[in-house]
Amino acid sequence: MFLGALLGALINLNGSGRYIHWGFIQISVANFVVIVLMVVVFVLAILLPFPKRKRGGQ
Amino acid sequence: MSIDTGERSDPPARAESRQWTARMRNAAESAFPPDQLLPDRQPAYMASWIYVFGVLTVVSLAWVIITGCILAIMGPSWWHVSTAGHFVNSLHLWSVEAFFFFMVIHLWGKFFMAAWRGNRRLTWVTGVISFLVSVGAAFTGYLSQQNFDSQWISTQAKDGINATGAGAVWNVLNFGQMLMWHIVLLPIGVVLIAGLHVLMVRRHGIVPPFAVGDKDSASETAPAVAVPAEEPA
Repeated sequence: MFLGALLGALINLNGSGRYIHWGFIQISVANFVVIVLMVVVFVLAILLPFPKRKRGGQ
Repeated sequence: MSIDTGERSDPPARAESRQWTARMRNAAESAFPPDQLLPDRQPAYMASWIYVFGVLTVVSLAWVIITGCILAIMGPSWWHVSTAGHFVNSLHLWSVEAFFFFMVIHLWGKFFMAAWRGNRRLTWVTGVISFLVSVGAAFTGYLSQQNFDSQWISTQAKDGINATGAGAVWNVLNFGQMLMWHIVLLPIGVVLIAGLHVLMVRRHGIVPPFAVGDKDSASETAPAVAVPAEEPA
């Protein structure tokens, strides 16, 4: 029981979805969060420096 | 087809052979030399996080295929009831989520690089087709869940599909047909097109950034000066 709760979702997903309404635009909160995460990861991938291998103790 | 006697006194005249097998082999070797097909060095400009999302998409696709095969072997009475079945079913779902997550970021990155430059049009087009076929594979997957969600999605989609005329041969309310498309035809299509996409990348190399080359005539193949593949890939 404890293990199940520990490994379960941080947010209870076992319910009806919530939606954002903005004019004619309607999108679920889950899809909106995923799109925001994709934009954030895209920006970070461009800005963050790529690690370089250290050669011969230099 | 000539008969091979096993004797190797003279090297075979490979380039002069007119057999279709020899012609195909020579064409494959010419288009994909081994060091280009499986390189151990890549251009220095690949040392950026934006270049990792293509391979992350491929890895996610591999997980989708692996978990899908396990689900096919064990069957719905396993993935709907048992704890292990729920776990593999969830792995299948979340690997699809990761697949599209990484593929869209890969798409954004390549779009803003104008990755079709330097005779890489076919690379771009195969990526677009792979994306579209993947959408179909995911859609038929939602229709194959065997729950109220799949019933809702199929009844909502039928009018749109029927409006295109495709409903005459592609009925979203036909569970058996949608399941076969999901587990046979569309996975074959995604894997074949994605494989062709990767081969095109190997053939023409990674597109250089605008600052490195002339944007109107980006080089057709990757530059020779490179860093080890394990560093940026």
